[in-house]
Amino acid sequence: MKKLAILLSLVFVLTAVSPFAFAQADTGYSYNYDFWGEVTPCPDPYAVKATLTHIELGLDTKLSKAQGLFVKDNLIYICDTGNNRIVVVEFADEEYKVVDIIDSFEGSDINTFNSPNDIFVTDDHYFIADTENNRILKLTKDLKLVLEFLKPDDINFDKSITFLPSKLIVDGADRVFCLVKRVNKGIVKYENNGRFNGFVGATPVTYNLFDYIWKTWIATDAQADAMADFVPTEYDNIAVDSEGFMFVTTTNFDDGSLGDGGVNPIRRLNSLGKDILIQNGDWYVIGDVDWANLGVYTGASKMVDITALDNGTYFALDRTRGRIFGYDDQGNILCCFGGNGNKDGYFRMPTAIEHMGQDLLVLDSQDAQLTVFTPTYYGKKIFAAIYEYQQGRYDESAEEWKEVLMLNGNNELAYKGIGRALLRQNKYEEAMNYFKIKYSDKNYGDAFQLYRKQWVEDHIVTIFIVIVLVLVVPLLIGRIKRVRWEVKAFENGSKKNN
Amino acid sequence: MKTAARKIIDVFTNRAAYDRFFKSLRYALYVIVHPFDGFWDLTHEKRGSLAAANFILILSLLTSVFRLEFTTFQFIKVNLERANFLIEMLGILLPFIIFVVTNWALTTLFDGKGTLKDVWIASAYAMTPYPLIVIPNTIFSNFLAEEEDTFNYFFHDFSIVWSALLFISAVMMVHAYSIGKTMLCILFTILGMAVVIFLLLLFFSLISDAGAFFYSLYKEVIFRLY
Repeated sequence: MKKLAILLSLVFVLTAVSPFAFAQADTGYSYNYDFWGEVTPCPDPYAVKATLTHIELGLDTKLSKAQGLFVKDNLIYICDTGNNRIVVVEFADEEYKVVDIIDSFEGSDINTFNSPNDIFVTDDHYFIADTENNRILKLTKDLKLVLEFLKPDDINFDKSITFLPSKLIVDGADRVFCLVKRVNKGIVKYENNGRFNGFVGATPVTYNLFDYIWKTWIATDAQADAMADFVPTEYDNIAVDSEGFMFVTTTNFDDGSLGDGGVNPIRRLNSLGKDILIQNGDWYVIGDVDWANLGVYTGASKMVDITALDNGTYFALDRTRGRIFGYDDQGNILCCFGGNGNKDGYFRMPTAIEHMGQDLLVLDSQDAQLTVFTPTYYGKKIFAAIYEYQQGRYDESAEEWKEVLMLNGNNELAYKGIGRALLRQNKYEEAMNYFKIKYSDKNYGDAFQLYRKQWVEDHIVTIFIVIVLVLVVPLLIGRIKRVRWEVKAFENGSKKNN
Repeated sequence: MKTAARKIIDVFTNRAAYDRFFKSLRYALYVIVHPFDGFWDLTHEKRGSLAAANFILILSLLTSVFRLEFTTFQFIKVNLERANFLIEMLGILLPFIIFVVTNWALTTLFDGKGTLKDVWIASAYAMTPYPLIVIPNTIFSNFLAEEEDTFNYFFHDFSIVWSALLFISAVMMVHAYSIGKTMLCILFTILGMAVVIFLLLLFFSLISDAGAFFYSLYKEVIFRLY
């Protein structure tokens, strides 16, 4: 009994000092999807750095229904929608401090905001979606009105709907791209002089053949009118990436069409409004690949906002389960983390996501707080590997991936990254092994072709000898048999003659 | 009367049985290239045997598993943790049995000449191209790269089409039908298979319901007794 006690205490001491003890610091439920679409747990790529409520920020009133978030350099702009103000938070010396509160401006009859939903900040101007005042404001940095973007007086724009601009981005030439509530024709585009310039990038209309036949030929006119129209769906949010392309998300779709790529909840639009999102991963860019319709949270991931980092990776915020999904520039899923709940790093009603450097900021309207995530060692290594690869330093990238693999033996991109580097070093067989583990057939095929070519070149003499043996030996044997038979026949013949 | 086990042992011990088995098995190679002549002689001249037919059938089942397991992962990806090879084999065996039984049942009504045994033997012989092509094809796939997948798919599909054509000629010759009547027969066999599958599902569903009823009755009684 005493021995057992000593043994047990030894075990406890050992586990306490062993490196495994540090793994306990991971408190999240981060995961990833493997080739078969099964959830594989992974280390946390992001950890909570700070949660900022009105108390931490030193504000007198609590944030109310905050909808919009924008980051410019080290300044964070929070659209405090319910309080009709914009809170400017500065990040300096590892601290978040409120430096300004914008709630009024000069140059208009109505010089306050009414439910501002989004803000975009350029070097010289603020662009604010002043939703309930039915306008978009362009203000100078000292809060003087430059321009108002109003409801378009255009034949293409439905006159009957109230103009409620909700989300906006601005391009390099001060042109405004805006999402308007209940407008499904796409993104409303304004020239920099405030003139409406049409719609960009409406979602393609999707309907199935059965519905079409039913509605066109079978249903009566009254029934057809009552059925849902085949119209494009509305976008929910818009963001701009480092290359100037627009990322848009939508949450109005049929869950069933997600798995086969029938609908794209995340789209990356070029200036013509064409979707150019690269989807080379094992799975479409849809957030959760597999979901159960049990319990409180049902249905597919619904992306309410998205942010694209400078290295081409992008992070989408899911309203259904409060999760954040990270993807690389090829559409490979990097990680999923977060969730619904009351702990740090969990949300109740997330509305917006932004990034500051590699940190992620998530605004939660119900918790009235801003959560700041920062990459862990694991996350930093993934970013480093991606960065090295983009710089064309493939071997250095592979070294980073090896570090990642030490932390997470399931990381698919790590295997592929190492495999690619080995392929460049002409180590075909080793590369093939790495690709095979993660079922990367295209890469494996490339490596295999080179391996096969090399093998044939190395063994050309052996192959030649084998072919010669196979062709010549039966000939020789046949010849010998024939000669023997002739000899025997001759002998038999001579015997007969005797 | 010899039992089946006795017959199998005979193949290995009795020289005459061994020769008969291999002769009838080798005849399959003749059948697949001379289908009309071959299938006629197969049943009417007793050139085939039940043992060889079952051998080809079992070989085909094993081939389907062999293909999943040993084709390079570039062409076929199987989650080995989730795969059930018995179910994979049943996927071929059950349709085969249902086809044979349905075909026999139909042709008995429409003056087909073949017995159930004849249909079974001929159908099994018609599957010969599948193991014959797919086994080498599977081995060969390991020397191919991802871009060259067409070879693999082509030969696999080729073996299926060949087998399908053999099935048609088998039905035609075994029952001594004209080509038109054969096509009609095949069509009705497929419809009949659908009916059989429906009845089977209905049967099992009812049986399990009945089983559940008696089980709950038993539980209720036990509950009352104690």
